[in-house]
Amino acid sequence: MTDTPHESPLPAAQARTFDVVVLRQDGPGRPGYRERHRVAHEPDMNVISVLEKIAATARTADGRDVAPVAWECNCLEEVCGACTMLVNGRVRQACTALVDRLLAERPGAIELSPMTRFPVLRDLVVDRSRMFDTLERIEAWLPVDSYLDLGPGPRQPQDLQQMAYELSKCMTCGCCLEACPQYLKIELARKPDESVPQFRARQREAFRREFLGAFAIAQIELFNANPVGAMNSRHRRDVLVEEGGIQVCGNAQNCVRVCPKEIPLTTSIARQGRTATLHVLKTWFDR
Amino acid sequence: MAMAKRRVAVIGGGLAGLAATMKLAELGLDVDLFSLTPVRRSHSVCAQGGINSVNTLTRQLGDSEQKHFEDTVYGGDFLQHQPPVKEMTAWAPRIIDLMDRLGVTFNRTPEGFRDQRRFGGTLFARTAFAGATTGQQLLYALDEQVRRWEAAGKVVKHEFWDYLGPILDDRGVCRGCAAQDVVSMEIRAFAADALVVASGGCGLIFGRSTMSMACTGSAASRTFQAGAWYANGEFIQVHPTAIPGADKLRLMSESARGEGGRVWVPRRPQDPRPPSQVPESERSYFLEDRYPKYGNLVPRDIATREIFNVCTREGLSVERDRPCVYLDVSHLPRDVLDRKLGGILEIYRKFQGVDPRTQAMKIFPAVHYSMGGLWVDYERSGEGGLKIGSPRNHQTNVPGIFAAGECDYQYHGANRLGANSLVACIFSGLIVAPGVAALVDSAEGPPDPSRLASLCDGAVREHRARFDALVNRGRQGENPYLLHQQLGSIMTRAATVVRDNAELDRAHQEVCDLQERAARAAIADSGRWTNQNVVFARALADMFPLARTILQGARARDECRGAHYKPEFALPGLDAADPAQRRRQAEAWCDRFEQNGRTWLKTTIASLDPGGEPRLSYQEVDTSLIPPRPRLYGVVGGELIEQVWNERQAACGLAPGTTP
Repeated sequence: MTDTPHESPLPAAQARTFDVVVLRQDGPGRPGYRERHRVAHEPDMNVISVLEKIAATARTADGRDVAPVAWECNCLEEVCGACTMLVNGRVRQACTALVDRLLAERPGAIELSPMTRFPVLRDLVVDRSRMFDTLERIEAWLPVDSYLDLGPGPRQPQDLQQMAYELSKCMTCGCCLEACPQYLKIELARKPDESVPQFRARQREAFRREFLGAFAIAQIELFNANPVGAMNSRHRRDVLVEEGGIQVCGNAQNCVRVCPKEIPLTTSIARQGRTATLHVLKTWFDR
Repeated sequence: MAMAKRRVAVIGGGLAGLAATMKLAELGLDVDLFSLTPVRRSHSVCAQGGINSVNTLTRQLGDSEQKHFEDTVYGGDFLQHQPPVKEMTAWAPRIIDLMDRLGVTFNRTPEGFRDQRRFGGTLFARTAFAGATTGQQLLYALDEQVRRWEAAGKVVKHEFWDYLGPILDDRGVCRGCAAQDVVSMEIRAFAADALVVASGGCGLIFGRSTMSMACTGSAASRTFQAGAWYANGEFIQVHPTAIPGADKLRLMSESARGEGGRVWVPRRPQDPRPPSQVPESERSYFLEDRYPKYGNLVPRDIATREIFNVCTREGLSVERDRPCVYLDVSHLPRDVLDRKLGGILEIYRKFQGVDPRTQAMKIFPAVHYSMGGLWVDYERSGEGGLKIGSPRNHQTNVPGIFAAGECDYQYHGANRLGANSLVACIFSGLIVAPGVAALVDSAEGPPDPSRLASLCDGAVREHRARFDALVNRGRQGENPYLLHQQLGSIMTRAATVVRDNAELDRAHQEVCDLQERAARAAIADSGRWTNQNVVFARALADMFPLARTILQGARARDECRGAHYKPEFALPGLDAADPAQRRRQAEAWCDRFEQNGRTWLKTTIASLDPGGEPRLSYQEVDTSLIPPRPRLYGVVGGELIEQVWNERQAACGLAPGTTP
């Protein structure tokens, strides 16, 4: 509805500007380079509106025409997780990164760069498909009998709902993985003779041996805590103790500090660590 | 181009697309699911409030499926065909049970039952909710089920793919679709026995709205341009309270007013003092002054119009450069704010950097929901609902193309009730599947493989040529991002809260002019890898057929109905003091209302002619289950009009309607 542009009350000549330095990359495996853009200041700007302006002008601070910077976003309300990137070196969503606050914290330029634990596709766009593959690996779903009418789900105590709701707010943004010393980038390139399904299969196989990450451990807790999920928790407990499982966690506790949804990730890790130990012992005695 | 038997393409992975995908997979069909974003990041995550259905508690207070049906039809000002709405409200309790079984973390009562809250347009606490992010929680549950089918090999997801349009054979039957990978920019054809378009709303046509960046309407527009009809496009819901932002207008939930929030402006235009320094005597609580009975909780359309008028006509906007009013909760006790409004106030603090517990919020209405959309058919059952499993359900006029979710027009009529969108999206996704399966089973089957291959090759060639032309267009020309801003300004000015025929004519001319300029817009990126510039310019071009349809539909409809408000054609209230004369006025009012219904209680149907011009026609609405009656909210003399109306209905042997 507010279609009037948010013009600065100052005349154009005196309008305040600020610089934005973007770490760009033209494609996978290509070298990165920094590029400086100059943006006119307006009220209520966030990093998304800065990127929109950069896309619209497609010209650097020193006046060179360039291709617009690529980035990913959708909801702009910090609930979809798409626009995650490093803003002044800190992983977060671009939509909640307010320009005035960033400039107050660190006058001069705002620095934007892509997440480092995921392959860069272009500029600030990274490939986070590994996170969705991990959700498949841990079978993050309830295997209901059918979608026909079988009445309501089981009644649940309020405190279980509150615990589950906190975990279920995870928007698969990847902040916890970016901050994790144990979560390393896996970047594979599609071979010339490889079909897309073949490449995806090879990629999944590579992901499968590496660390799950904090978000996945919290999701395991979420599904195993559900009364129906608990009935088929064995696979998820197996994954927890496999290669790339919970034992890889080095307990740096960075994940919980960067989670934008304040999910108690380290609590989940601690609880699932105990579950994993019991599971190993039980499996051993059951042999 | 080998095609397995019984393969369906679904466009869009929000609630409707995911519900359709999982149900199709359960019915044994293979699905290709296309989405511009990873499906878990779809716009459905933005829904905050909840999802409506009659439930065990409300039933004991007199609620029923029929009452939910009646509220939805009355709220929509009777513009919906009634059988699909009846079916949806009948299914709503079972849909919430299903979502509960899929693991949605619905809020619980101390006894462990699902908790419910009350929303606008009803007297019953029908709304189940999961914290302040019900849409996100529902979407995740469906995403998880689709991932389960993906692991089982029944679903192939194509995320970061842009749907380019359907592939139709010589007889106009859909045989698949073309799409482009927006990372590698590869264009491919996907053969399919049916296509389900579930691509959401078109808010970006209005520039900034409460919708997500993927809500360009481009998929619906491409289907429209391929021959599908677009219905009731002029009905666009504007939410009264949104937080103006440089990039997006974020919703501020109705619950802020529900808990005692007050809307006001300083009496002195653009008073420079901070709101807390403006004394009570210098504030205008204009909703409370004008609607003493309902105060700040007048219905959405009325609150929207008043806020809009205070800023535009009366010049009392808080700021000079952009329209906004204060929504103030700072007078409420801190513990109430934290306990009941914590989540939504946090959104304001996060995005505006101001704490609404101490400072009044600045808000303004924003485009929020598209009631109109792709025209779809239905088959009526003997009971007056839908015949489940009929291929007519949710099928567009193009054989083999279905539409579901916000991009179809079927459930909300002229105005949508709060917390009804989530139930409509999931219901339409689930209900489309058995009809698709029936169609695929009964069809004579795809054309022979070589004919299909040549259809697909032809589509790929055509879309590649268009892409090449775009990529090679060069930097000369106008900036597509600025053209989009202009389109948004025109549409917001002419086709939102208040509509005027002269203004609509002017806007249509301007939009036609912009359409030509957009066809020559500059493309700053000439690369063939993750070219977002081309994807945006293409989506912009596809906004124009819908924008023009919205404007023409609004121009033609000379009445007021739901979200469509044209003051020139509003029926005035009664002003006579003499009882006999007042009675005659009420009779005349009812005559005019009936006359208006005969002319305008009709679905607007737009089709594009070969030259790309929208052409309008009108279809009767099935109002056989609940007879239409006037919405008399705020009309002077409404009680007398209602009395006269009920007497007339009784004379025809109809039960009098109750006007809430």
